[in-house]
Amino acid sequence: MSRLEVLKTYKIYIGGQFPRTESGRYYIPTNYSGQKLANVCLSSRKDFRNAVVAARAAFGGWAGRAAFNRSQILYRMAEMLEGRKGQFIEELTQQDATREEAENEVNLSVDRLIYYAGWCDKFQQLFSSVNPVASSHFNFSVPEPTGVVSVIAPQQSGLIGLVSVIAPVIAGGNTCVVLASETKPLCAVTFSEVLNTSDLPGGVVNILTGKPSELASWFVDHMDVNATIYCESNSDTQQMIREKSALNLKRVFFYDQTDWISDAGQSPYFIFDTQEIKTTWHPVENIAGAGGSY
Amino acid sequence: MPTTKKNTAVKKKTNTVKLKFDTTWQYEPAPESKSAATINKQYDLFINGEWQKPSSGKYFDTINPATEEKLSQVALADQSDTDKAVKAARNAYDKVWKNMPAKERGKYIFRIARMIQEKARELAVIETLDGGKPIRESRDFDVPTAANHFFYYAGWADKLEYAFPNRKAQPLGVAGQIIPWNFPLLMAAWKIAPALATGNTVVLKPAETTPLTALKLAEIIQEADLPPGVVNIITGAGDTGANIVNHPGVDKIAFTGSTEVGKLIQRAIAGTNKKATLELGGKAANIIFDDAPLDQAVEGVINGIFFNQGHVCCAGSRLYVQESVAKQVIRKLKDRIETLIVGDPMDKNTDIGAINSKQQLDTIHKYLNIGKKEGAEMYESSCPLPKKGFFCRPTIFTNVAQSNRIAQEEIFGPVLSVLTFRTDDEVIEKANNSPYGLSAGVWTDKGSKIFNMTKRMRAGVVWANTFNKFDPTSPFGGYKESGFGREGGLHGLMAYVRLA
Repeated sequence: MSRLEVLKTYKIYIGGQFPRTESGRYYIPTNYSGQKLANVCLSSRKDFRNAVVAARAAFGGWAGRAAFNRSQILYRMAEMLEGRKGQFIEELTQQDATREEAENEVNLSVDRLIYYAGWCDKFQQLFSSVNPVASSHFNFSVPEPTGVVSVIAPQQSGLIGLVSVIAPVIAGGNTCVVLASETKPLCAVTFSEVLNTSDLPGGVVNILTGKPSELASWFVDHMDVNATIYCESNSDTQQMIREKSALNLKRVFFYDQTDWISDAGQSPYFIFDTQEIKTTWHPVENIAGAGGSY
Repeated sequence: MPTTKKNTAVKKKTNTVKLKFDTTWQYEPAPESKSAATINKQYDLFINGEWQKPSSGKYFDTINPATEEKLSQVALADQSDTDKAVKAARNAYDKVWKNMPAKERGKYIFRIARMIQEKARELAVIETLDGGKPIRESRDFDVPTAANHFFYYAGWADKLEYAFPNRKAQPLGVAGQIIPWNFPLLMAAWKIAPALATGNTVVLKPAETTPLTALKLAEIIQEADLPPGVVNIITGAGDTGANIVNHPGVDKIAFTGSTEVGKLIQRAIAGTNKKATLELGGKAANIIFDDAPLDQAVEGVINGIFFNQGHVCCAGSRLYVQESVAKQVIRKLKDRIETLIVGDPMDKNTDIGAINSKQQLDTIHKYLNIGKKEGAEMYESSCPLPKKGFFCRPTIFTNVAQSNRIAQEEIFGPVLSVLTFRTDDEVIEKANNSPYGLSAGVWTDKGSKIFNMTKRMRAGVVWANTFNKFDPTSPFGGYKESGFGREGGLHGLMAYVRLA
């Protein structure tokens, strides 16, 4: 008797744990030839809210880590992804990629993580300034992470799009809740297993599977989310996101024209998007001249 | 457990010497002359380099809030006037401004800066007459800083390729800019200078209570021979602002004002490709630790909340004092506000001028009542107030709770809420417990504590052992509901470019 294959259960990733959706719901994405991919969690609003709680709890610690340490962890993520290449290629081909496309996409994803691993402790120098104010003050501006970012990942890509939007957000010290591609969700779940074995603290990246049409409005409604990234060009959804973002003035970014496979899919300006610039002043004593100012 | 002995020692320490400037020193009036300024009886709209009558034929009055006397009347721009202004800006962008060599563009901006300096005294007088702020502040802060802002950005015009590594900075097109009444000329400079330096053209609307210095700036722009339509200045109230925001020909909205209106703008431009930067409200925490040089800290707190009558979005309106020095600091604050001179803004000795409008004075009074009702203790200076005009005594609330509205909401007046704390973690928690995040302050003698605090406070501008300092080279703008985008410095360029 031939050996019976063990099928994988695809779960979501919240706060470093792999729960099923609290709703108990699932959906069955299929590929072009109609083959069922898996019973995938159909995440709910409550799952999203749990994920935001986890992301907020993780934010202080992650933002407070040494940039060098974040860099090490992103590099570790690349190592773990490299080690599980076979599984990702398998899943991508299941989701309609040719073998060659799948190999290319996985290689690019590893390289993209390494690209952002390198940026973790460099982008600050690029976007900082010491400002030559006219008064007797030392004055400098530095980027700081904006907080919790909700991300609706590119829908047409199974892995490279997901990696390309997550990496700059966390490289900059933010935490995030990500909704994976609805039709190609397998790699997202497997990628969360990579994250879980990469010393990335639980809650820094939370990955849900489900329907953007159902969840998008919650992603931008939540008052404890600081920014929203949306990667599709659906103009109704874009308008809805902008309108709802006004609730607490979320920063909104539409990456709907980016070719993630190309070099245009990576840049320190993606990191800059989810940064705030903080300017700090301190008086400089002026002993020889007039007294110090305050 | 503190002993009785210790308690007495603490009590003795809080007995500070009260300053009594008014008993031995009397200030003679030192009024600035109104003759230094020319104010026309009536102002039209500045569109396409010319003064154009409003299509409705309607004008509205602008008054001096210190005397309630009419200064002038300015045109009310309606939809068709806004349309004309946007078209003029578009035409100037397409035909002249975007194709002009960058260094020539820069030279125009330098020229405007110089002319502001040449007319500095006149601008200061008009600013004070129209807005109510002390002439000392208009003269020493608003006008010179406005000129410096044009100077700073003028120099960027032909150096943009150095600002954004590996990217080409392209202008956005027509910028619609809406500015508030607290720093009328300075806000116009903050908006116009970077927009022009990056190759955009402008439609600007000053606030309805303070249009005069922006119109004076229009005269300067005309005198500087800036090509027609590059800067258009139209006057009106909220409706005119809404017309600019909703105009399909506008590519970018830059707004400074209330968080409420900022949110409306964010909603209004949903579904369009308009870019926006919003500089909105604040409720800054100003934190005094027990090791701070208290006299300097008190001066800083006074400047932080009473500068410009407290009409400052980044004002230090929530004071957190470490418990061990709270009594002493509150005593010093009360003594210090007694010495503040409230009255004629044109007098060079005046510290606190007129509240900008009747409406704003009502808002402040509303919050004073709320504060009292919530159980906080109110202390106001005993100074006399002028009989005419809109004035408010400098006011301090003590025994304020974190949840009180006067500790949560922006009052935008000379009203300070004082709260206390014990530990670093507690004060960080309280300071950051606000939907706003524009500015913050910290007073301590310990360097490592300064950096710990400045790092942990979620605010765009943090002043350590100083407060309310501004400079054209220094980026300004908020976290969270205080808005997004930065004005000033290299980062201020980002608001007006597309990176290709």
